[in-house]
Amino acid sequence: MAFGKNLLSKIATNDGHGENSPYFDGWKAYDSDPFHLTENPQGVIQMGLAENQLCFDLIQEWILQNPKASICSAEGVNDFKDIAIFQDYHGLPEFREAIATFMAKVRGDTVTFDPDRVVMSGGATGAHETMAFCLANPGDAFLVPTPYYPGFDRDLRWRTGVKLLPVVCESSNNFMITREALEEAYQKAEESNINVKGLLITNPSNPLGTILDRDTLQGLVNFINEKNIHLICDEIYAATVFTRPMYVSIAEILEEDKKCNRDLIHLVYSLSKDMGFPGFRIGIIYSYNDKVVNSARKMSSFGLVSTQTQQLIANMLSDDSFINKYISESRKRLAARHGVFTRGLMQVRVGNLQSNAGLFFWMDLRRLLKESTVEAEMDLWRVIINEVKLNVSPGSSFHCSEPGWFRVCYANMDDETMRIALRRIKKFVLQADEREAAAKKHMWHKNLQLSLSFRRWDESIMKTPRIVTPHLMSPHMIMSPHSPLASPLVRARN
Amino acid sequence: MQQMLSRKASFNSHGEDSSYFLGWKEYEKNPYHEHHNPSGIIQMGLAENQLSFDLLESWLAKNANVAHFKEDRGGSSSSLSSSLFRELALFQDYRGLPAFKKELAALMGEIRGNKVRYDPNKLVLTAGATAANETLMFCLAEPGEAFLIPTPYYPGFDRDVKWRTEVQLVPVHCSSSNQFRLTSLALEEAHKRALKQKLKVKGVLITNPTNPLGTTMSKDELNHLLDFAISKKIHIVSDEIYSGTVFDSPGFIGITQALLNHKKVRVGNDIWNRIHIVYSLSKDLGLPGFRVGMIYSENEAIISAATKMSSFGLVSSQTQFLLSNILGEKNFRKLYMKENQKRLKERHDMMVSGLKSAGISCLKSNAGLFCWVDMRHLLCSNTFEAEKELWEKIISEAKLNLSPGSSCHCSEPGWFRVCFANMSTETLSVAMQRIKAFADATCKADQISYQQALYSSQKSSLNKW
Repeated sequence: MAFGKNLLSKIATNDGHGENSPYFDGWKAYDSDPFHLTENPQGVIQMGLAENQLCFDLIQEWILQNPKASICSAEGVNDFKDIAIFQDYHGLPEFREAIATFMAKVRGDTVTFDPDRVVMSGGATGAHETMAFCLANPGDAFLVPTPYYPGFDRDLRWRTGVKLLPVVCESSNNFMITREALEEAYQKAEESNINVKGLLITNPSNPLGTILDRDTLQGLVNFINEKNIHLICDEIYAATVFTRPMYVSIAEILEEDKKCNRDLIHLVYSLSKDMGFPGFRIGIIYSYNDKVVNSARKMSSFGLVSTQTQQLIANMLSDDSFINKYISESRKRLAARHGVFTRGLMQVRVGNLQSNAGLFFWMDLRRLLKESTVEAEMDLWRVIINEVKLNVSPGSSFHCSEPGWFRVCYANMDDETMRIALRRIKKFVLQADEREAAAKKHMWHKNLQLSLSFRRWDESIMKTPRIVTPHLMSPHMIMSPHSPLASPLVRARN
Repeated sequence: MQQMLSRKASFNSHGEDSSYFLGWKEYEKNPYHEHHNPSGIIQMGLAENQLSFDLLESWLAKNANVAHFKEDRGGSSSSLSSSLFRELALFQDYRGLPAFKKELAALMGEIRGNKVRYDPNKLVLTAGATAANETLMFCLAEPGEAFLIPTPYYPGFDRDVKWRTEVQLVPVHCSSSNQFRLTSLALEEAHKRALKQKLKVKGVLITNPTNPLGTTMSKDELNHLLDFAISKKIHIVSDEIYSGTVFDSPGFIGITQALLNHKKVRVGNDIWNRIHIVYSLSKDLGLPGFRVGMIYSENEAIISAATKMSSFGLVSSQTQFLLSNILGEKNFRKLYMKENQKRLKERHDMMVSGLKSAGISCLKSNAGLFCWVDMRHLLCSNTFEAEKELWEKIISEAKLNLSPGSSCHCSEPGWFRVCFANMSTETLSVAMQRIKAFADATCKADQISYQQALYSSQKSSLNKW
């Protein structure tokens, strides 16, 4: 209500939450027509949600075999009181130890982590906001390589007043982060009198699915040391590295580089991607800076992990043989999925950025664009949603500097759905190619009617454009996904 | 290194250097245990409710099949529902589990004798009341603006309300002369003081039932507050986290009821858009570890903004599911609340009589997990320094951690908040004995020093003579 709005703060009424963006069309299309194998096989398949659903069978088996891990089971109920009462923001010691052990395992035990540096947060979402509150004042900035996860715009900026400045990466060198790009972004900030407090990287990368090689990582460490700014490494996809090259964590670089100022290095982690537990809100800040650990820990009061969940996770992650099996099996299944998709797409000459991690790949549809513009990318995207019935994420939503790239998630569906999704993409690309070939032939014969042909080609691609204007409903997109309306949990019990 | 971190990280606005937290630290160094450390410090500074876990545990024991990731299928299914775990693990919708919010809304209504009905769609789930209060401040005020707050108040507000939001708190002084009741005069005085400091007042933050007083606000107090908020066109945030702990008359009147009963306010008056309630399961149900907090408001814009902000601290879906099951049984809910209140009253009465036999009185109270204890007569002077000295003596000699009134911003020295629901009856009994011994010794010492003073003055006057 308009009057109601005047009573609110600027933060509550501005767009900093990031949800008033045109990318909601994809979610709206999915929400209003969600794919279901048997009940709605023509529906929109959700490929915009980076979830890991491939290994729940393993987890469920473990839960059945370990009832004591749950305070709700007959075996575990004796722990109920102590767990329910425990609100110490240090967290259960077993939880911190299990997290530290798990983090090391995921990195091949090349490094160790100190449980006393493990700080809880409300998911990685809460972790990023807390890092911004700890490291920067309103008006300060972080540099972030593009393309990057859209949620950062909200997490690091909304309530903190901190800015995000892009470090532009390009396809010409596979979107690697170059020294030149970093320097350029830094200079630009200086010229605008903006105080740069740090560099934020995601490794493995979202949306690229690639990992940073040792030289690049060392280069970043050198850069931040020279400028005396912080380095925040979001390693949320660390366990999703499914094939060579081997993953190198910033923790490893720190072991080797004794000259690096450790007070500048901070890790953000979560179990939302590696384990597939976004609902449990397990975010972690791991900082090598004692003051930051201290401050972040006090701030964790605003987003502690439920002790019920801490207990479950502490038990699960400290089961060595289970976790070893889980990590290895998860990698295998991710590799298999990734392989099926990328090979399938190659058959129709659609490439993707070569990647070895993540729950998605970075698909190259530049050759299907009318022209190399963001508008053309959005047009193509709307066709993919409305005609092909796939919700993929356009590169512009990730601040990619070049149009035509799309992030396609593949780990949030079963095998059958995956096959259907792949068939749809292939069919769409083949048809688009056929039309283009026919149009070219036509053009060759009738030169004078060139513009008309193209217009017809456009119309046949678009059919009846169901271009929806951006709207303010449907609260979620890539930032705060919600369960489809078909989820049994969303239907209230009577 | 200081300037490498933000101002917020570098300074003390997290509030943890207050005496409230220092007492905790002392306790942690030497915690009481009935068998292992019977001369340790008894923790009476922690407002926890440990009285009714047996009720929750027995519910769990009977319903393990339901709660342990198994669907509620009338007890017939005993196999793990494979989709349920997966659905919960993936459920990160910031609108929360509908079943859970439905039960929470019903619980809130029942606590108010069903005189009010709450709409689950106007509830926002947050990671504890800590996050709820901070989120509301982000939504209602700009950095540098202010909320009025009656004293004494919960020390955690200094962190929750001010730290990262940069909102100011301006105290509304309440005095023992009228049992610390909130008056129009005090509100107006605080408002004037804020204006003098060039602070823009956006609202009033109250806790009802009150912490640390343990009282429910009266109809008059609430009406004064509403009149004030209406005339100044400001918000009221009512933290009703202790609403389920009201164990004695007068009953609880929440802000919603007060507004409904207010003679001059019609439904549709825009004050309805400026009332916001905070609640949590940490005190009533004694589940602080589960981090279940919530905001309730009729203001849709607030609900919308707060829901988006809850992304920074959602409630674990695992916990939402467990609690939607426990709270889903209406009979159990009612039984629990009734029994819990009965046990709180017993504890309260035990503490009041224990203190009385030590010659110590408390503010008359009917709610909360603590008493507001009057130790002014044990101060060697009517100052906060004397209060601090007394507090330190109580820790080191009586081995009790109480919360000194100054940590709650009380304007009068000598008052202490003493918790009674976070220990067994045996431990409470030990604590009462220690207080009595301490009070007796202090009085005796005072008597001795009085007699000595008297003797030396008589002697000197004799000499003169």
